[in-house]
Amino acid sequence: MDIFVQQIINGLVLGSIYALVALGYTMVYGIMGLINFAHGEVVMIGAMVAITVIKLLADSGLPGVVIVLIGLFAAAVACMAVGFTIERVAYRPLRKAPKLAPLITAIGVSIVLQNVAMLVWGRNYHSFPPILPTSQHEILGATITSLQVAIVLIAALTMAGLMLLVHRTRLGRAMRATSENPAIAQLMGVDIDRIISLTFVIGSALAALAGLMVSANYSIAHYYMGFILGLKAFTAAVLGGIGNLAGAMLGGILLGLIESLGAGYIGDLTGGFLGSHYQDVFAFFVLICVLVFRPSGLVGEKVAERA
Amino acid sequence: MHFSRVPSMTLAIVAAIALIGCGQKEEPKPQAAAPVAPPPKPEIVVKLGHVAPLTGPQAHLGKDNENGAMMAIEELNAKALEIGGAKIKFELLPEDDQADPKQGTIVAQKLVDAKVNGVIGHLNSGTTIPASKLYFDAGIPQISGSATNPKYTEQGFSTAFRVMANDVQQGKVLGDYAAKQLAAKTVAIIDDRSAYGQGLADEFEKAVVAAGGKVATREFTTDKATDFAAILTKIKSKKPEVVFYGGMDAQGGPMAKQMKTLGLKAKFLTGDGGCTPEFIKLGGDATEGQYCSLPGVPLDQMPGGKAFGDKFTAKYGQIQLYAPYVYDAVMVMADAMKRANSVESAKFLPEIGKTDYQGVTTKINFDEKGDLKNGAISMYQVKAGKWEYLETIGGSPVEAAKAAVAEAAGAIKEAAKDAATTTGEAAKEVAKDGVKAAADAVKAAADATKAAVEKK
Repeated sequence: MDIFVQQIINGLVLGSIYALVALGYTMVYGIMGLINFAHGEVVMIGAMVAITVIKLLADSGLPGVVIVLIGLFAAAVACMAVGFTIERVAYRPLRKAPKLAPLITAIGVSIVLQNVAMLVWGRNYHSFPPILPTSQHEILGATITSLQVAIVLIAALTMAGLMLLVHRTRLGRAMRATSENPAIAQLMGVDIDRIISLTFVIGSALAALAGLMVSANYSIAHYYMGFILGLKAFTAAVLGGIGNLAGAMLGGILLGLIESLGAGYIGDLTGGFLGSHYQDVFAFFVLICVLVFRPSGLVGEKVAERA
Repeated sequence: MHFSRVPSMTLAIVAAIALIGCGQKEEPKPQAAAPVAPPPKPEIVVKLGHVAPLTGPQAHLGKDNENGAMMAIEELNAKALEIGGAKIKFELLPEDDQADPKQGTIVAQKLVDAKVNGVIGHLNSGTTIPASKLYFDAGIPQISGSATNPKYTEQGFSTAFRVMANDVQQGKVLGDYAAKQLAAKTVAIIDDRSAYGQGLADEFEKAVVAAGGKVATREFTTDKATDFAAILTKIKSKKPEVVFYGGMDAQGGPMAKQMKTLGLKAKFLTGDGGCTPEFIKLGGDATEGQYCSLPGVPLDQMPGGKAFGDKFTAKYGQIQLYAPYVYDAVMVMADAMKRANSVESAKFLPEIGKTDYQGVTTKINFDEKGDLKNGAISMYQVKAGKWEYLETIGGSPVEAAKAAVAEAAGAIKEAAKDAATTTGEAAKEVAKDGVKAAADAVKAAADATKAAVEKK
């Protein structure tokens, strides 16, 4: 039992991170119908900037939490700038072009960001300085650290905040309008250039937060980390229904749980015939099943109707 | 919404494009760095290919290998060698295989087409093995500094050599170490499904079972993963005494850390891929007391090893892992050229097999397959945030004796120092311990020497 609880906790922590990154994909897709493949790299830049700033301040004598918050602020600012620039340089000129063109530039931007990061931060791995006070807690025989609790809570709060922003504010209404029909929204007086820029900036701020969480939880950052994370988060977004905020969250948490339970039990369930290396196979099998029966993802229907 | 008609199909295409796009990352332009000025005197340019992952998760190790090769090349060029009456200038063609077997064969073909005289590399067994066929077909000698999977030299290719003990030797030492020194009755094994990780884990498993140990579970991850909570949780439920990981430092470090987070108290043991400062950096204090093995003997105990270390550090920074081995690989190739008095692959290839070279990592002789003879394996443990040398197992007994004597001398010195600074009972106690440790070490040295004599 305690092992099962532990696997659920593992899945929740992993899933919260996936969900936070998936939100970035889904927001951009919801508004522009574009898959921003550079989003994983923005997460990486967030992690790198945060670690750099935190390392600089590590000896300053400030409390750990304050240093991390300063790191997060710096990372968010950097990521917002990167997100804004990406949209301006790589996507805006192609807004009227066929859908494939911005997709290719997205992949290009991703490669450029990766290599720039390699030049700036080098090929070595960076470790997260151990400045956060971590304590371990026992829940039903399973272990969870205070950092992991914080990750799940902050991710949940952030997602709730984003839902409020999109569904309860003027900006959110403008975003939804742009998502439904940019041309009509513009006629109604919505400055869609500004809305799209803001979407990128908000998504990038979330990426900075996700980057900080990943690097703090695994105490590792590397110029290459965004690729796999981005791919997994993209999968999560598709699983939940890309373009839908609740779907991204659901997809992220589900993917985390599936991976965790898959790796934990698949070996025993099949009598050792399939091992934990089938964890990804298992996750993608679930994805395929979902797409066969619900082509627009678990909760993707609403967006399709609306748009 | 206008794009909602075929979302799944669009997504599939998108995913496919993403994968293709990411598979073809930038490639360094090796020629750009090479000097183009024509030599004033008759001079032969010897082109050596070097392959390692320069991008991707193992880029830090790949660059380290390249630095090792570069340093050897620069030293050779500084010596202004003359072979076959002509001045020799070595030139390195560095290639990036991304630790990907497919990419490994592509760059291997590129080097074959560039008509290199020899190849140093690749770093990973998974890329070295498929590439070795291309080099063999083209008759190009290949020396890897770090590919340890036994298959590499078992294919019967006369061109394949390595200057590092293979995984059969290393896996056996590790398995014995876990079962005997660490007294583990049950072990859990994780590998990264690469040719290296899987091969080493298989050999480890065999050795543990042979020594009477039990494998509680075998788990798997990838060489790009960062989250191991799920498999570690499963391992925790099996309560092993030792967790062995066959793979690289980028996974090993975080894995040790996550073991601690999950309250899995087993000892952690890993092979050469995890035997790096990076492992400690990434694992933090969770790496304290954990073990790794590395073929060869510690650098500072080798003749010229300390000098190499200082020079490398001054030039490129901290040694990651294989740089000294790659350095030796280049030197062995140059040495064979000297003895053959030729830089032609076909002519100096037979000389590589006859190598008798004192490298910075070990004394290099090859067996008929191209494997290192008497490959020694050293065990290390993290103490106070640093890899500390424990002992050397196997390999040349003379080397082992030398190491033991050095250790004895160190122990005596320690004891004397401690005795001088403490007083009364404590001093006596310390001195007694020190003398006992020294006596043990001397005994070990004597045993090893005896073994050496018997062997001769």
